[in-house]
Amino acid sequence: MVEAGRSPNIEIISNADLLALDGKPGKFTATVQVRPRYIDAEACTACGLCTKYCPRHLVDSYNEGLAITRPIHIDYPQAVPATYYIDPSACLFLQHGTCQICVPVCRSRAIDFSQKPTDRKLAVGAVIMAPGFGRVPEEALTKYGYGKHQDVVTSIEFERLLNPSGPFKGEVRCISDQRHPHKIAFIQCVGSRDLGCDNGYCSSVCCMYAIKEAMVAKEHDPECEITIYYMDMRTQGKEFDAAQKRAEEHFGIKFVRAKVADVTPWDKGLKLTYATMDGSHGFTGYDMVVLSVGLDAPTDASKLANIGGFDLNSYDFCKTTTFAPLESSNPGVYVAGAFQGPKDIPESVTQASAVAGIATGMLRNQRGKGVILKSYPAENVAEGEVPRIGVWICHCGINISGVVDVPKVTDYAGEMADVVYFSDSLYSCSQDAQETIKEKIKEHKLNRVVIAACSPRTHEPLFQETLKDAGLNRSLFEMVNIRDHCSWVHANEPEAATRKSMDLVRMGVAKARHIKPLPEQTVPVTKSALIIGGGVAGMTAALTLADQGFPCTVVERQDKLGGQLQQMLYTLPGDDVPTFLKNLIDKVKKNKLIEVLTSAELVSTEGFVGNFASVVKVTRGKDIVEHTIDHGVILVATGGRPHTPEKVLGQELPKSDRIVTQQALEAQLAGKGKNRAPGSVVMIQCAGSRGDDLAYCSKTCCNEAVKNALKIKEINPAAQVIVLYREMRTYGYAEDAYRQAREQGVLFVPYTMDNKPLFSDKGKGVKVSYHDPILREDVELAPELLVLSVGLVPESTEELSKMLKIPVTADKFFLEAHVKLRPVELPVAGIFLAGLAHAPKPLDEIIVQAQAAAAKAAIPLVRGKVEVEPIVSHVDQDTCIGCGICVSLCPFQAIQMHKIDNKRKAETIAASCKACGICAAHCPTFAISMGGFTNEQINAQIHAFGLIEE
Amino acid sequence: MAQAQDKKTGAVMVVGGGVAGVQTALDLTELGFYVYLVEKSAAVGGAMAQLDKTFPTNDCSL
Repeated sequence: MVEAGRSPNIEIISNADLLALDGKPGKFTATVQVRPRYIDAEACTACGLCTKYCPRHLVDSYNEGLAITRPIHIDYPQAVPATYYIDPSACLFLQHGTCQICVPVCRSRAIDFSQKPTDRKLAVGAVIMAPGFGRVPEEALTKYGYGKHQDVVTSIEFERLLNPSGPFKGEVRCISDQRHPHKIAFIQCVGSRDLGCDNGYCSSVCCMYAIKEAMVAKEHDPECEITIYYMDMRTQGKEFDAAQKRAEEHFGIKFVRAKVADVTPWDKGLKLTYATMDGSHGFTGYDMVVLSVGLDAPTDASKLANIGGFDLNSYDFCKTTTFAPLESSNPGVYVAGAFQGPKDIPESVTQASAVAGIATGMLRNQRGKGVILKSYPAENVAEGEVPRIGVWICHCGINISGVVDVPKVTDYAGEMADVVYFSDSLYSCSQDAQETIKEKIKEHKLNRVVIAACSPRTHEPLFQETLKDAGLNRSLFEMVNIRDHCSWVHANEPEAATRKSMDLVRMGVAKARHIKPLPEQTVPVTKSALIIGGGVAGMTAALTLADQGFPCTVVERQDKLGGQLQQMLYTLPGDDVPTFLKNLIDKVKKNKLIEVLTSAELVSTEGFVGNFASVVKVTRGKDIVEHTIDHGVILVATGGRPHTPEKVLGQELPKSDRIVTQQALEAQLAGKGKNRAPGSVVMIQCAGSRGDDLAYCSKTCCNEAVKNALKIKEINPAAQVIVLYREMRTYGYAEDAYRQAREQGVLFVPYTMDNKPLFSDKGKGVKVSYHDPILREDVELAPELLVLSVGLVPESTEELSKMLKIPVTADKFFLEAHVKLRPVELPVAGIFLAGLAHAPKPLDEIIVQAQAAAAKAAIPLVRGKVEVEPIVSHVDQDTCIGCGICVSLCPFQAIQMHKIDNKRKAETIAASCKACGICAAHCPTFAISMGGFTNEQINAQIHAFGLIEE
Repeated sequence: MAQAQDKKTGAVMVVGGGVAGVQTALDLTELGFYVYLVEKSAAVGGAMAQLDKTFPTNDCSL
């Protein structure tokens, strides 16, 4: 968010509505109306005085109505843009022409009641719709007593209760009487899988967030009893099952499979009545009931669709297709995030990168023409000069000066040696303060700057930018955090907080004396990609990169392209997969920027981001040819395949042609045979998955089972189809197909791991027996076919993991750099990931992930260079004894050994270094130093801590 | 800002400033385009800004 706020190439137009969109792909004109904030955004310093004085109350919608704010406010302190605004519906002046108390209160004279709505015309090449999701209908909540009983809350309200900035400062309390709840129940599928409120789909995220909220609540209060009432726990995502297991085993959270009938008052609390799977009823008392609300379409979906000229699906989400999941029906208008269908954060982030990739592919000839490139004055060389330090102490409005005696700290700083300029500052981060800092740097020839304010995590880049503008190297900066470390944590001890601030400033100045300018390094990039794997992920990525104008080589182990998709013949929504695949392969083969190497294998890869060199072995009949390829990035799309379990549900698999996998059934059903749809079928879900043979859920098998069950019913409506399952995980719109299958007579019978179905084939056909919880008796059947849903495993990731030094999970899938924020990147810079090698997932998600990985991979290629953070490790070649400890410890493959005069020496590859410091901490001869954190600097800081400055 | 000298325009509009919109905007600039990020409410962040901690890293969502 802050990054978006700071980018010179993103203009945030907030408080604004899209009114019209005209034109065609590549050349649209959008009309946007900006509503008045009644506050001049340039002048507002976000000090918060106006909110303190505003006499009117307003229900705080950011805190889900659980707290009170004022009509003039900011939603939360870190909001971007950090400008207050006035809610006109509650402001006394805007409603009744009175008050205006805020106007004289504001020291920056930012309040401007004369503002009017303004229209803006924007010339844009493409439009991306990411309006998010809306709220489920009220009736979905009221049927569980929401609105009637205060202690029935939504999961979003509960999220606010858990939050330290929430209504009770992070304490979970009942709304009714503020007591701490001892028993909490979660009700799943509120407003989802519910035709009563026209939301037939599954919202896909609620099971997982309920588990998260329950675990966090348990951390707040380990004594609290939490029960989750559910229909199916849909934890189909990567590592999600493991989280549920942890919730159950480690946190003691109870999971009860039951449908909740109602919630009524009982004694001081609430009574929850429910019906379990076997038809019996029960009730339990709770202090608080949390409704796990689903994600609905945005309320203004149809308005947006009208303006944007695109279609919605039957649930008012944006309509897209399996093969082009992010393209709306109007060319040039794309969609990402929950508006495309309910989804979680990693998938939204993945879609965001993907949509950026495809939209810019369409506009590639315009790349760079609209952007603003910043230039900086030449740097004054400061090395060797006597330190001339400038110190600023920030009030942060009243955030710091409300506790810390800022003038005293400022005067103290002024007495220190080498400090030639010192000052306090009301808001050192404000725009005018940056101008002052620049002026003073020049006026006093400052060559080191120390700012004592908030956290470097959020503000260091801003100040470093100011240094660069003033012609100083950005490393000549030291930040001291006297807000988070002093005024916030020692709010009740102002004197001690002031002393601590003085100590910290003294230490900062001591370090500043020793800081040195660090070189800004850039490394050129070979503008091409190597894609490992020629399945749908690899091919989609290749085409996305080619659309961006970059060449790539696709390495496929098999003798033809297509991978696992060759085995898929139709999808759940009924798409024709073979035709799609044929067209995809044709497009890849015809594209001049894509080189395809089949029957090829990666032998070795050397180098680092921007500069890889790989050897690929290609087999052509009896000949083996080795190609050496130079490339800037790597995209791993090695795919997966159906698992071949040795045992299913603890039973040996009998040799039988009557026992097949879903894939084999699909091939049979897609054929031409007259009797291709068997008259009776039993399907067993999780055959070898979820703790049976594989530990995890393969995400796709439930959909595949429903897909094939419907196909059988389509060909042979009289067929008997029974699906034995643990939890049907037909998330998203697949829930509709699951419902349709039940309507068509497909029988879904749950089993548990304590009561597994049994099967056998002694040469006279298959026999299956299972317990039916509704009939409450054991059933024995002799179906024509027993179909196993076997799950997916990754294709040989271990070898590649060693070669590229990229980590795999316990389940042997590759582990992404950050599950939420960097879902298609691997920890090694310049290596990206898509498809089944990441985790099992359906076709549309693979396509999006491949587009996202390609878009991310294109970023260094677009830049043409990789910028290296100045803080990297550096090996002193004279002191290095070549022991190689650092090489073995480096998690980023950023240190290599080389020989100088026949002696082994370590050397850092600056482009790959992430400055973690592990190497420096372990070097036995102290040969490694970290720029910006040298031993000299840290020692000076430690000494200063114990010293009182003379 | 971008002027439409040629046929196409080197700027992109993103409607919605939640996690998807903001990430899209950031990636668009990285790929060499100017972005207008149009948000209905007074600040970007969307629903993610309301979340306490996120699975599995417990990172703050801001």
